Amino acid sequence: MNAVHCQQIEKSFGSGETEVKVLRGVDFTAHQGEMTFLVGPSGCGKTTLISIIAGLLGSDSGSVELFGESIASLSSREQILFRRRHLGFVFQQYNLLPSLTAAENAAVPLFAAGMNRKAAVAKAADLLDRLGIGHRAHALPRLLSGGQQQRVALARALVHEPRLIICDEPTAALDHKSGESVMELLSNSAVHPDRAVIVVTHDNRVFHFAHRIAHMDDGVITHTESSAPTAATH
Amino acid sequence: MTYVAFRMLIGDRAKYIGLLFAVAFSTFLLQNQSSIFSNLMKRAGNQVRDVTDADVWVMAPRTDYFDQTKPLKETDLLKVRGVRGVDYAVRIFKSLPIANTRDGQFSACTVLGLDDATLVGAPRNMILGDWQDLWKPESVVIDKAGYLLLFPGEELRLGRELELNDKRVRIVGISDALPAFTTFPIIHARYSEALTFQGRQRQQLSFVLARPQSGVDAEELAVRIAEETGLKALTSPQFQWASVSYYLRNTGIPVNFGITVVVSIIVGLVVTGQTFYLFILENLKQFGALKAIGVTNRTMLAMVLFQSLLVWFVGVGFGTALSATFFNVSPFVIQLRHFILFWESAVGVAAFMLLVIIIASSAGLLRVIRLQPAEVFR
Repeated sequence: MNAVHCQQIEKSFGSGETEVKVLRGVDFTAHQGEMTFLVGPSGCGKTTLISIIAGLLGSDSGSVELFGESIASLSSREQILFRRRHLGFVFQQYNLLPSLTAAENAAVPLFAAGMNRKAAVAKAADLLDRLGIGHRAHALPRLLSGGQQQRVALARALVHEPRLIICDEPTAALDHKSGESVMELLSNSAVHPDRAVIVVTHDNRVFHFAHRIAHMDDGVITHTESSAPTAATH
Repeated sequence: MTYVAFRMLIGDRAKYIGLLFAVAFSTFLLQNQSSIFSNLMKRAGNQVRDVTDADVWVMAPRTDYFDQTKPLKETDLLKVRGVRGVDYAVRIFKSLPIANTRDGQFSACTVLGLDDATLVGAPRNMILGDWQDLWKPESVVIDKAGYLLLFPGEELRLGRELELNDKRVRIVGISDALPAFTTFPIIHARYSEALTFQGRQRQQLSFVLARPQSGVDAEELAVRIAEETGLKALTSPQFQWASVSYYLRNTGIPVNFGITVVVSIIVGLVVTGQTFYLFILENLKQFGALKAIGVTNRTMLAMVLFQSLLVWFVGVGFGTALSATFFNVSPFVIQLRHFILFWESAVGVAAFMLLVIIIASSAGLLRVIRLQPAEVFR
């Protein structure tokens, strides 16, 4: 089933002489149970596209459907609640809150949903354990390595069991070994029959984790290729 | 999310302490300056306030304040006594002679000559001795600050002598009189004695002190006295305020303090406001991540408000504690005796600081609300 279905998305920034057309009619699809990579050179519009898919940015034209529901038809509050309930994010720079422990950071989506603090932290700590950094659950982000911080970010993206996970360059700030390890975790723990994972990356060393790779250039998807992931297991 | 807001606030200790210091010191500065100013101005009316036996002061028609006196006629006293509603009316004489000690110390002092028969207006707060000893011949009561000025470094002791206009008098009491605006020693004596401390004038009576009969309103009585005698009559609070407002109008003190208070307000506003605004700005990326995750603007508003109120509560608490400590210690300095932290100042400054923090956090909050969550991908 299509988790994400975008049709003819267009987006420009600026106006008049300074107008820059970033997306020029993008058609993009991501399926449940798959990890879809969105790849392409810097400035080709990958980040803008995932921002629109996530409802963080509006498009100028075109339509976005998430799990059969049109994002544009939702009010801004409904979009926020939809995002809170169904989306998980992994950012390039992790964006962990420096004053919260690893477990508390991972529990933030549960706090936002109104879950009791103790229960939320316990659930997050349990997830961190499954991701192999349970022993660092009470450490502050500054005391964690880049790879460990990205695992905490991954836990934060997974903790509320979202249906779509969007990862923006998750390995860009990591060395090859840590990057490989994070991708392996992502592949093992995030990919699920009811869930889709979209990964924006330049890093061709991790392409073998993808089920599907959408190549983007100059604001359009040039081609999409299916592949059998070599490291992913369900 | 309150917990997250709390941890975000205290997570960076240096910034948090900086914020608290800014709020606490602005609070202290504002409470301190406004209270000192009010205390200083209050001193202009303290000698009126110290007289608790009479509610109405009668004086020459154009008298503006306590230190400005034009002698009344003895018959004016009788006129006041004749006004309906007056329970009693007594004379009081005020002069500014020079007091000398045997050691050669001297100072101009405020002498209050009290009605010989009743001693109405005598100081009631005594540190040493008894005010009723004023009935003894050639005796005076002096305030503590005046004693220490004339007998510097010496312990308080009764029986010491002063010379006023070649007349020797004995100190029979040391009072804790409220400090006057001028720094002169305050000496109480009987009326008949006090007249001899200064060169004789044709008329000597400075004020008439009157008390209304039971059930008669002091303000009504003051109006009646003024109408029937042609003199000026003010209630004690009215005369206190008249004396305060004279100094407010005719000295540069309000301007000077006003400048300090305004500068304190600006510094408080800028330092506190900017520190808080920068705190929010530096956390903008984190707020952006929270927005992307699905935290609503309303929750963001609650988080920032919670942080503001916490900073306000702790900062103003520290500042007020500093002010309270200052005004608790200040009585040990003789020049600052009877200075207090006015509750109006404490509450007013706390409210002002709340306004400052809300303004500062609103500016920061606008940035948070306008923040595009997509920024976190950049």
